[in-house]
Amino acid sequence: MNQTLLLAIPMLPLIAALIAGLAGKAIGRAGAAAVTIGAVGASCVLSCVVLKQMLVDQVPNYDGTVYTWLVSDGVRMQVGFLTDRLSALMMVVVTFVSLCVHVYTIGYMEDDPGYQRFFAYISLFTFSMLMLVMANNFMQLFFGWEAVGVVSYLLIGFWYTRPTAIFAGLKAFLVNRVGDFGFVLGIAGVLYYTGSMDYQPAFAAAPEIATKSMILWHGHAWSALTVICICLFIGAMGKSAQIPLHVWLPDSMEGPTPISALIHAATMVTAGIFMVARMSPLFEYSPTALSFVLVIGATTALFMGFLGIVNNDIKRVIAYSTLSQLGYMTVALGVSGYSVAIFHLMTHAFFKALLFLAAGAVIIAMHHEQDMRKMGGLRHRMPVTYWTALIGALALIGTPFFSGFYSKDALIDAVHASHRYGAGYAYWCVLLGVFVTALYTFRMIFMTFHGPERFDHHTSEHFHDVGWDMKAPLVALAIPSLIIGYLTVEPILFGGYFGSAIKVLQEHDVVGELKAEWLGPMAFALHSVLSAPAWLAALGVFTAWWCVLKRPQVGEALRERFSGLYRVLINKYYFDWFNENVLVPLALALGILLWRGGDQTLIDGAMVNGSAHAVDRLAGATRLLQSGFLYSYAFWMIIGLAVSLGWFLMHI
Amino acid sequence: MHQIGWLSVVIWLPVAGGLTTLAFGDERARQARWAALVTSLLALAACVRLYAEFANGTAQFQFVERVSWIPALHSQYYLGVDGISLPLILLTAFMTVPVVIAGWSVVDKRPAQYYAAFLIMEGLMIGVFSAMDSLLFYFFWEAMLIPMFLIIGVWGGPRRVYATLKFFLYTFLGSVLMLVALIYLYLKAGDYSIAAMQQLPLTLAQQRWIFLAFLLAFAVKVPMWPVHTWLPDAHVEAPTGGSVILAAIMLKMGGYGLLRFSLPMTPDASHQLDWLIVSLSLIAIVYIAFVALVQQDMKKLIAYSSIAHMGFVTLGAFLVFYIVAATGSAKGAINGLDGAVVQMISHGLISGALFLCVGVMYDRLHTRDINAYGGVVNVMPKFGALMVLFALANSGLPGTSGFVGEFLVILASFKASFWFALLAASILVVGAGYNLWLVKRVIFGPVANAQVAKMQDLNAREFLVLGVLAAAVLLLGVWPAPLLNMMEASVQHLLQQILTSKIPGAA
Repeated sequence: MNQTLLLAIPMLPLIAALIAGLAGKAIGRAGAAAVTIGAVGASCVLSCVVLKQMLVDQVPNYDGTVYTWLVSDGVRMQVGFLTDRLSALMMVVVTFVSLCVHVYTIGYMEDDPGYQRFFAYISLFTFSMLMLVMANNFMQLFFGWEAVGVVSYLLIGFWYTRPTAIFAGLKAFLVNRVGDFGFVLGIAGVLYYTGSMDYQPAFAAAPEIATKSMILWHGHAWSALTVICICLFIGAMGKSAQIPLHVWLPDSMEGPTPISALIHAATMVTAGIFMVARMSPLFEYSPTALSFVLVIGATTALFMGFLGIVNNDIKRVIAYSTLSQLGYMTVALGVSGYSVAIFHLMTHAFFKALLFLAAGAVIIAMHHEQDMRKMGGLRHRMPVTYWTALIGALALIGTPFFSGFYSKDALIDAVHASHRYGAGYAYWCVLLGVFVTALYTFRMIFMTFHGPERFDHHTSEHFHDVGWDMKAPLVALAIPSLIIGYLTVEPILFGGYFGSAIKVLQEHDVVGELKAEWLGPMAFALHSVLSAPAWLAALGVFTAWWCVLKRPQVGEALRERFSGLYRVLINKYYFDWFNENVLVPLALALGILLWRGGDQTLIDGAMVNGSAHAVDRLAGATRLLQSGFLYSYAFWMIIGLAVSLGWFLMHI
Repeated sequence: MHQIGWLSVVIWLPVAGGLTTLAFGDERARQARWAALVTSLLALAACVRLYAEFANGTAQFQFVERVSWIPALHSQYYLGVDGISLPLILLTAFMTVPVVIAGWSVVDKRPAQYYAAFLIMEGLMIGVFSAMDSLLFYFFWEAMLIPMFLIIGVWGGPRRVYATLKFFLYTFLGSVLMLVALIYLYLKAGDYSIAAMQQLPLTLAQQRWIFLAFLLAFAVKVPMWPVHTWLPDAHVEAPTGGSVILAAIMLKMGGYGLLRFSLPMTPDASHQLDWLIVSLSLIAIVYIAFVALVQQDMKKLIAYSSIAHMGFVTLGAFLVFYIVAATGSAKGAINGLDGAVVQMISHGLISGALFLCVGVMYDRLHTRDINAYGGVVNVMPKFGALMVLFALANSGLPGTSGFVGEFLVILASFKASFWFALLAASILVVGAGYNLWLVKRVIFGPVANAQVAKMQDLNAREFLVLGVLAAAVLLLGVWPAPLLNMMEASVQHLLQQILTSKIPGAA
């Protein structure tokens, strides 16, 4: 494969970001939009070319170096690309969603003074994300990993005069850093046991590392590979917002909606999923680590879904949905169903970006109103948004033939087929999650688009549907949300699409088990009508309809009946409360203690000034050294020098 | 041997330029400023020439100059550089230029003397890094304290007398013991040359005393916990330029001393006492990071952050024996040593830049109190962008120089012990905490008050200074290979010295 072609894919958005960011004034608003959209569009086309070359022309994988970052102790750390079918798929998804979001931004950010800056940031993000997925080594992976985190930080705090936005940005970065802390330890472990920072040698060494053990505490040996994999997965927990490092994602909704779609739904938050799939040759040899992954993912999938039910902010509902869906993907990873996880990642990227952008259209039309209680009946006023959002919602809840159906049902089947420790728990979580997903999704659809209009006269007067610059991306995303599952489920899951990019040991191959019963996408959809997930989804939609449209008073009654439970949910299981009222104050108290107690009292007070006082008293007694002048101290030091020199000479 | 060479030029040219500046006097401040700028640029050009002619791939000292200095003491004017000292010399020459430019219209009190002090200090600091005779080293080491002492004492803040006294006593106390050790080594070796001292066989007991004497001198300079408390006070009182040089260059002399004296001269004692250095380094990284978190004074915050980041230098330098003990080979030790040197260079750039940023704000509002600020980016967008970049670099963001050294040291410490790596990596979280919390309170948010609303964005001079530093931070982060290549042979040679026992009779 042509290296220049590959290099152009990330570099074009980077150059565009620099132009829009540094020369924003010179090229103006339209100029910034044109440059970045042109660059991302070109990247998208080139990514498709790469994918086509791999699929149609059967071009072999590319694994090569662009330049050597540094060499230390014989370890060569480089910037380089690995293009196989996994990264090619990710490149297409990232650039396509990014392109849609770029176009959508023209309308969404129309009145914002930070227009050029916004385009610069999202282009920079595209570059960072591409560097992450295209990496052929851990150093570059970590670069991309942190770079997307920084752009996310900048974008969440994009409206930097809003205290809530800058707080959310800081929180996102810090929580992600907790993950990165684990991640960097995992990378250090990989280097320790394999002697290389590149993927291929590390992957080749996995079976050997699996036999080694590490003593972490007296007498307690751990499998080295398990430690490495859990450390790496802690990184994924930060980026892909798994419990307990999920707390930043709902708050990230403070950022402008286009980036909620791009970064906090479709791409960056899936980096953790991508990373574990990429590392499948390592994780496969550590069932313990995979069980850990499985349990964390299952817990996130179900319990974050519950939070979507009680929220009234349209973006936050989608954010909790994203958390829950990321949990689904993590569960798939945990049962060695990496291809299912990536498949769900792809379908989710389309329909969740669609839902976010549709929500953004609603928010703009309603003049920055996000509270669903003040919406209602919008299907008549914005039909394109309604129909596209409905497609997204149906895909999300797993309606047969929609893209989300294929990925989610395959995922649930894979969990069902797994015998891994924790799979039983996970199965119930993901199954029950189907009901929860349908409930919060259609609660949102019904509250927003159906029923009576609940907004005031003023809003009604000034209501304006969005333009085609914002509708076009909705349509562009609705199409894959509808059909991509049907078209690609067979090759991706059962046709060996990923080839050598993903490694699954024979005895873990749950997707292989599903293949035996596979009769094609049509039969799969038809059969599902009789299965539990379909009924649960239908029940969820029905419940939502009943509670929102049929008997609106039911919700209030339930809230009163189960007020304790409601309080737990509305307080998000008290994770934020714990962090803000226990962890942060503890850290600050520790800082104060070490500073006032350690530095000022013990070191400066007792040792430094204390010795000065001691000298002072001694001098007072001998009436020799009372001056306090520098030269007299220096004089005594010289005396001391002579004495100690003499002592040295005599004793050594 | 050459009689006089480029190293003498880069040492004495700034000193001569400083004296010229002084000769112009404070009345002719304009000429004095230009003389200072031209001198610092010429010195930088001379250093770039050194870099261009430096041969990578050999541990031999280059540009060696050797003439008799004090014959009675067998002390020579003996200069040379290798791959460890040259980067520090480049850093010194590079950082002096922004200091000169930054003071351009800000320093009105005795400007000629101000510039003279910085230029003379530049020459003396380059002397520290290029001396190959330990008495000459000691001369430069102590002599450079005088201009720094004056800079804080004359141009400093209200508590400058307390700060200078503390600074002077701390550093002088350390240096005196170093002198004792050097004299002892001279008596044994019959020569003040560093190379002779490095080859001198010594018993473990002898090495231990010498190691401890050196340690006090170098630990104060780094500064290592618990002899660090002079640094925040000195920074708070020092003028902006003084803080920049203090953080960017002077602290590095301690790290350099550990690499040039302690490890190669007393390898067995270093082995025996490495637990001490490693513990103190980890304490510095964890303890000091928490202390930085609660600072209200921006300069103190950055000063504490410096101490935590310098912990990576001392940690990286002393991991080697732990790695050998844990893995049976020294593979990976060079990651730590490389990381230590890269961290020194990177910290020089980043901490210097951050102190300049604080200076920019101080020049406008005359306070360093974080609470006096808020929403600065609204009125100073260019400055805000650069400050955020430096804060991110200071929290070790990949793609900036701050990442390279810390990453290498963390990789190496994993080989020594999982727990060392865990403690060292905690800087990822706490470091991001204090840096970005600072940014949140100072840069972002709505405009906090009427004073902030009146702040003017960077002028061309300030933009140039910070822009050049930003470019350096990014370049070193994106492509550190040239720096590593320059160091490679010398670090390998150092590792050999560390691993070779000097105890007489030992294999």
